[in-house]
Amino acid sequence: MGFSEHRLVFKHIDAPGYTRDIACYQKHGGYENLKKGLKMGGPAIREEVKKSQLRGRGGAGFPTGTKWSFIDPTKVTKPIYLICNADESEPGTFKDRQIIYKDPHQLIEGMILSCFANGVKLAYLYIRCEFTEGWKILETALGEAKAAGFLGKNICQSGYDLEIHVHRGAGAYICGEETGLIESLEGKRAYPRIKPPYFPAVLGLYMCPTIVNNVETLCNVKHIVEMGGEAYAKIGRPNNTGTRLLCVSGDVVKPGYYEFPCGAITLGQLIYNVCGGIRNGRRLKAVIPGGSSAKVLRAGEVFKIKEKDSQGNMVDREVKLEDLRMDFDSLAAAGSMAGSGGVIVMDDSRDMVECLANISTFYAHESCGQCTPCREGVLWLKKILSRIADGQGRDNDPGLLKDVADRIAGRTICAFGEAAAWPVQSFLGKFKEEFQLRIRRNGAAAKRDTVSLTH
Amino acid sequence: MSVPLQAGMESGVKPEVGEVTPAMEAKADDLISRYPVSKRSAVLPLLHLWQETFGYIGPRGVEWIAKKLTLQEIQVLELVTFYPWFRQKPYGKFHFRVCRTLPCALGGAGKTFATLQKLMNLKSDGHEGAMVSEDGRFSLEYSECLASCGTAPVILRNDEFHQAVDEKRATELVAGCK
Amino acid sequence: MNPWNHDVAKDEKDLIDVQVDGVWMQMPRGLNVVEVAHRSKKVIPHYCYHPKLSVVGNCRMCLFEMGTPKMGPDRKPVLAADGKPEIAWMPRPQIGCATGITPGMGIRTDSALVKDCRNGVMEFLLINHPLDCTICDQAGECKLQEFSVEYGTGESRFVEQKVRKPKNVDLGERIVLDDERCILCSRCIRFSSEVVKDDVLGFVNRGSHSTLTAYPGKRFDNAYSLNTVDLCPVGALTSKDFRFQMRVWFLKETKSLCTSCGTGCNITLGSREGKVHRLTPRENESVNSQWMCDFGRLNFHYLDSKDRLHRPLLRAAGEQFPGTWGDAIQRAAEGLKKVKPEELAVVASARLTNEELFVLARLLRELGVTRVDMVPHQGQADQFLRSGDANPNSRGVELLGLSSGGRKFGTWGAEIASGKIRGLLIFGGEDVVAAGIPVSALQSLDVLLFSGILSNQTSRLAHVVLPAAASAEKTGSMVNVHGRLQRMTRAVATPGEAREDWTMIRDLREACTGGNSLHSVEDVWKAMGSEVPQFAGLNWAKIGDLGVQIENDLGVSREKPLQA
Repeated sequence: MGFSEHRLVFKHIDAPGYTRDIACYQKHGGYENLKKGLKMGGPAIREEVKKSQLRGRGGAGFPTGTKWSFIDPTKVTKPIYLICNADESEPGTFKDRQIIYKDPHQLIEGMILSCFANGVKLAYLYIRCEFTEGWKILETALGEAKAAGFLGKNICQSGYDLEIHVHRGAGAYICGEETGLIESLEGKRAYPRIKPPYFPAVLGLYMCPTIVNNVETLCNVKHIVEMGGEAYAKIGRPNNTGTRLLCVSGDVVKPGYYEFPCGAITLGQLIYNVCGGIRNGRRLKAVIPGGSSAKVLRAGEVFKIKEKDSQGNMVDREVKLEDLRMDFDSLAAAGSMAGSGGVIVMDDSRDMVECLANISTFYAHESCGQCTPCREGVLWLKKILSRIADGQGRDNDPGLLKDVADRIAGRTICAFGEAAAWPVQSFLGKFKEEFQLRIRRNGAAAKRDTVSLTH
Repeated sequence: MSVPLQAGMESGVKPEVGEVTPAMEAKADDLISRYPVSKRSAVLPLLHLWQETFGYIGPRGVEWIAKKLTLQEIQVLELVTFYPWFRQKPYGKFHFRVCRTLPCALGGAGKTFATLQKLMNLKSDGHEGAMVSEDGRFSLEYSECLASCGTAPVILRNDEFHQAVDEKRATELVAGCK
Repeated sequence: MNPWNHDVAKDEKDLIDVQVDGVWMQMPRGLNVVEVAHRSKKVIPHYCYHPKLSVVGNCRMCLFEMGTPKMGPDRKPVLAADGKPEIAWMPRPQIGCATGITPGMGIRTDSALVKDCRNGVMEFLLINHPLDCTICDQAGECKLQEFSVEYGTGESRFVEQKVRKPKNVDLGERIVLDDERCILCSRCIRFSSEVVKDDVLGFVNRGSHSTLTAYPGKRFDNAYSLNTVDLCPVGALTSKDFRFQMRVWFLKETKSLCTSCGTGCNITLGSREGKVHRLTPRENESVNSQWMCDFGRLNFHYLDSKDRLHRPLLRAAGEQFPGTWGDAIQRAAEGLKKVKPEELAVVASARLTNEELFVLARLLRELGVTRVDMVPHQGQADQFLRSGDANPNSRGVELLGLSSGGRKFGTWGAEIASGKIRGLLIFGGEDVVAAGIPVSALQSLDVLLFSGILSNQTSRLAHVVLPAAASAEKTGSMVNVHGRLQRMTRAVATPGEAREDWTMIRDLREACTGGNSLHSVEDVWKAMGSEVPQFAGLNWAKIGDLGVQIENDLGVSREKPLQA
């Protein structure tokens, strides 16, 4: 049974014979939609994006049309900036990499269209420095685009000017947070800003209105211009439109990146049909559906999800883990989130204590340190979990972990607090007995056979 | 673990050797020109430029960049120590970064790291940052998620990205360091 | 002076309704919730927020429960029985420092959620904080200590290794930094950057290892560095001068003025058992806001200098011998009678208070002496608080008719040499030798009287030396270079037999002319108010703790001392 992908954004990724130069891109219709969009005009493009119900693909799933509508180019007197967030750092996520390395012009075209639609004259592409070839590829592609008249002054004789510059990050996950990114781009420590008052739409880059969009989101803009917002909205499900790039890693036979219409595939179908099931003959134990910040789901879980039935009434439906649709609303209803699309699969050989300790180490390392709960609390979580993993857990540790996590989430400057707290809350909540067992068995016996996942 | 007398600089590091060439100045000026609104935005690009030229960012780098962008040295030092890509002392000719975040850990990153460490004959001194071999040939450190979880475990050898680096592949990659 | 003044609303008269802990009240629109709570006598604890610095919202201690008016289907607020909007409470707490009030906003400062927020932040701040209270100078005025009483717990749940950081950093000439105590509120960084415009401090490293520092090799030495010690909510930044000197709860606090220059920053003197241990700025938005310069702050150690004059000295046989006040005053009066009024010169120092100068003016009028002036002193003016006039009361000397800005004084050296001047009275401890009058000239005088606090080359030549009170030891008023009349209160007693100048001038006047109707500072004020137009209608009480603007500030910061 083939679950064939719907390759829209990934159309050319790994396509035989496809190369990333502009000639190849144009041979496949590249930059025709830019010309179309220039003729449509900015407001028309914004209208199509609104109609498409496109939701941000960076992790938050915020409607792009709404985000853009916060800025009215006709009323704003300050310059408007657009930043492409190519700082892909959410553990489990590797979709933007494919676009940057293999089809950069799609991103550039989508970005130019988005800039044009919002009256942007100067834009930046913030790319993580660990994409050591990626930034060079993008600079080359930008050069090609400029040479072909798609960037720079008077693009395609439309009178529209736009400069895009590549800006390399330097290894901080918090630069993926839009205001942290803006601070980093301004040349400072990547401390996210307090909102209010520093909403990017009002006080963003250089205190001017700014739009920050993910790579995949910007690519989708091109496709929306091509097929129109209504047609785009027909892909997927209402309020969860278009396609999603899904990245599957961990204990599956065929990890990798795939593209499906929103909600067209369930978690079970993704794992078992598309990715070949759990490897080494093992069974599923846990899965994180949307990057490490998303709450973990346990094999065998059954969710009560409110849905509209055929008569339009809201009813409670019982949904098994495997039948969860991979879209924003379904995953949110299950108490997790679609996030960045990074699906991390863990089989029944995996020690949940070790997995959580590993995730906590990541967040402790990446905390920017600006606000009290995250700075002190997230490292505390890591220290407790490492201690438990080392066989020195105490009976009150699970309760303590929950308390600490509960006092971080919702109390911080940015969503990093939630991102660090949710894994702790969910792993503890869903695998409580495993933590208790580990603590009870302290000492040498507590160290399992698996290689430690913590450092 | 010893605590430094004052935070911010690695102790005992020699200043960078070499001169800033006209070509480097020109490159720096070009980078600065990409940020017409604020010169300060060029600090990260200049830090990359300096590190790629001199191998690390010592006091000379901090002061040169501060001067070029009309900043205080502390405003540059703040960034060198905030962003893990930047280092304040020379690393090995071949610098290995092994991703340790969950998918790569599940894929055996720990074994990869242990193999590399053994092959390079490195010992941890308890400090953050990379382990550097005595002869300056190799250095090794952990990295966080490198965004290629499907081909775990992944590493960076200098600027080269390598996927599915199990113990066998790790051995090959070390052997290939000429 | 300050780029920010969050404690002042844009328009204090633009009032809106807000509900604070169930009570509706009117507050100026846009004021932040921390200030609103303060004005309604509620406490919202905070660390990083400061009314004169930019808002960063990083400590998270000021989290409060916020509500907004419930909106009906007609998009108008739903009204409760009392006619006020019904409030819908938000589940997610907000920070008070960054939330400006809007009409109908609900604020809860003591709900269960708010208490848990504070308990959480408190616990987080304490897990890596060293238990230094017993050796930390901040004890007694430490916000961490204070708030831990209400929002902390008796026991710690943290059993891991604490983060270690540098503990005794020689950050600057006057400041020691303990990075472990630092709670990373960034007040010091913001003060240096925004108020003093000297970006010398910053945070290095990341996350829980973030550490405050200056660039190694660069010092935190600007002229206002010690204000960060006041600002630091904990004992991370401490003054080298005050470190380990005295527990703050032993200090008696006296409101006074700094007398190191013409700005007259308002201060609090901290003393114990007659010894001054530190000066701290006192808030006065019309003069110095909440700041003072480091020089003025540390300029009090002369109070117990070994050169301090304790007893009256009388000259006999080429040497000075201690004597009684009675003898000294008598000798002084005799000396004055020996010389004609037109042969007398008087230094009416601009270090004296208005009251002292007034009594002096009376004496000189009765004696018929017209040759009187002050000694100008050049200060180090900057764009901020320090004045170019290092005298604290130049304007007072002018108003009382005793000054020509030093112009007359400049001629006295020659007039003494030519014999026109035969007697010289010096008040305020002025070292006229250092100011240009040759030693030989002074030695030729028939009578040389000196009143001051420290012995110097001038005092050692005097026939009579009268030990005086320093500014910390007297009560009086001065007028600063911006035309503001301010008062200071005596904090400690004079050492030995030293006296406030106005009492010795009063006694001298009684000995010379027999007249005295002034027994107290209040008496002096009654008389001054009727004789000096700028002081009309004023009395000691009316000056108040913050002073009175008695003249238009001409906007000239008195870069140079007065030249008539």
